[in-house]
Amino acid sequence: MTTTAPRTFAQKAIERASGESGLAPGQIVDAYPDVYMSHTASWRCIRTLERMGVDTLYDPDRVAMVMDHISPAMNAKTAADHRLCREFADRMGIKNFYDVNAGIAHIVLMENGLIRPGQFVIGTDSHSTIYGALGAFGTGVGFSEITAAWVTGKLWVKVPESVRIEIEGELPAGSYAKDVMLKLIGDLGADGLTYCSAEFGGSYVRSRSVSERMTFCNLAMEMGAKNAYVAPDATTRAYLADEAGVGADGYEELLPDEGADYRQTVTLDGTALTPKIAVPHTVDNVVDVDEVSGTRLDQVFIGSCANAKYDDLEIAAGVLKGHKIAHGVRLVVTPASSAVMAKASETGVLATLVEAGAMITNAGCGACAGNGGAMADGEATLSTANRNFQGRMGSYKSSIYLGSPATAAASAITGVITNPAEVMK
Amino acid sequence: MSTPTQDAAADAAAGRHRVGGPTITFGESVNTDVIIPGRYLVSIDPAELAEHAFEPLGPEVQQRLRASRIVVAGRNFGCGSAREQAATCLIGAGVQAVVAASFSRVFFRNAINTGLVAVECPDAVAALEAAGGEGDMWVDYDAGTVEVAGRTFHFAPYPQGLKDILDDGGLIPHLMRDSAPSTTEQEGAAR
Repeated sequence: MTTTAPRTFAQKAIERASGESGLAPGQIVDAYPDVYMSHTASWRCIRTLERMGVDTLYDPDRVAMVMDHISPAMNAKTAADHRLCREFADRMGIKNFYDVNAGIAHIVLMENGLIRPGQFVIGTDSHSTIYGALGAFGTGVGFSEITAAWVTGKLWVKVPESVRIEIEGELPAGSYAKDVMLKLIGDLGADGLTYCSAEFGGSYVRSRSVSERMTFCNLAMEMGAKNAYVAPDATTRAYLADEAGVGADGYEELLPDEGADYRQTVTLDGTALTPKIAVPHTVDNVVDVDEVSGTRLDQVFIGSCANAKYDDLEIAAGVLKGHKIAHGVRLVVTPASSAVMAKASETGVLATLVEAGAMITNAGCGACAGNGGAMADGEATLSTANRNFQGRMGSYKSSIYLGSPATAAASAITGVITNPAEVMK
Repeated sequence: MSTPTQDAAADAAAGRHRVGGPTITFGESVNTDVIIPGRYLVSIDPAELAEHAFEPLGPEVQQRLRASRIVVAGRNFGCGSAREQAATCLIGAGVQAVVAASFSRVFFRNAINTGLVAVECPDAVAALEAAGGEGDMWVDYDAGTVEVAGRTFHFAPYPQGLKDILDDGGLIPHLMRDSAPSTTEQEGAAR
């Protein structure tokens, strides 16, 4: 009898998580997430839980904790915070606890099979939109909300409107997924997708690896997106089976219906793209790399959940091979996870980076979270991360520029912001 | 006819929803790293966090913040990190509400969930600006009104669930209040 209007991914994902049907954008419902991720904020959740006087969790198996923003501990206080989390995980029977050696929460969860298509995932990190790279609904929340989910299993969620972003064609040499996203953020603005679900499609997106899809979904947050999404396909299934150890019977793919209602469709011609830079101090302050080429740098940072996966390091190593970094420039490379570190070690990528003059730090958030890689007054860093906010890396009087791993590597060689095409030719 | 006690109770109930006073005004896309830099996230104490609120903007802004009850801002206030301390540091500084042209979604959630009133009302922001950018502002989140520069503006009222959270002073106190009677009931049933 009942006919169901065509639905977006977000409608389907929230219907699945809430048990409701026929949901429309703007409605507020209670949803039951499949995974609650908490990173370094975990200790705050634990203290809050103590304050509530609660000692049982709704479902310990949905809790995932990763010690990533401060790893290893910097001082006695942060060491005690880590110990609190470690002991809590043991006491509560939380199996999915990843310590300071694991890497960035998002990447670690995806590599370990905790994120699956169709799931509803919340995390104490705004870049939880990244889980859409595997066809999951991922969104960032505060630590009080994670704590509440630990206890009640649910949270209030508004059904978002959706926006389609179609990226068509192959990119010219020297341009990458990061450049696509910087272009979109510059065009649409830092609040262009506020409260929206961003569905990525088009021939370029379909042809890309899960790692590059992570870059799309991660950076969608910088337009204010609530979540991001790439439709699961053979690439997704192969990643889940081969990298994450998840068989096809372990998840249910959710695809948007033909004819679903979108607030807007944005189309980007990939073939016309050039390398981009976000200049200080906002991510949507985007220019062509040539407009700022020659800007002097003190540091280059290759890291973060946006661009420190294996292929990012491989791209950087490809540019740096046979070169040395410029005198006076510091090149800090922070792999996204211990698995990325191990693979880069096996394939010789790490050796190439070190030979060029890079300093490799342990896997984790590192300089992007302000731990290590700080700048003095007046200094500038070119970073592959997702934020260039004032004071995020040391001095409030320093500057952060954002670019792709190729642009970062080329700029490390010359000591000034450089179009990678100049080094790669 | 209402008794004096009933009047007092009604006033208190209205007062609970009505907050306001001197304002401090910011521009567009004020991000969480500016509101509370990442280096201070080792604390969750609102008073301690308030010491560092808006530190990148300098001591003068920080002083004015402490003398203000309402933060007024342009579009996309609180963009960036999911850090809840971006809301709690404002509470620690004595801020009772943020009135902005628009919010980043995670800041909006964190504000409600920490008991900080967050209201989208671009007309009120524009009216204050037209009045020279200075003056008092009052927000009644039950009535859905913002009073500024001698005018009253309306905003879409919160759903009841969000009002309940604000009335209880945030998500965690709300849950604690919610769970208290049911615990007693369960104990009663067990006996």
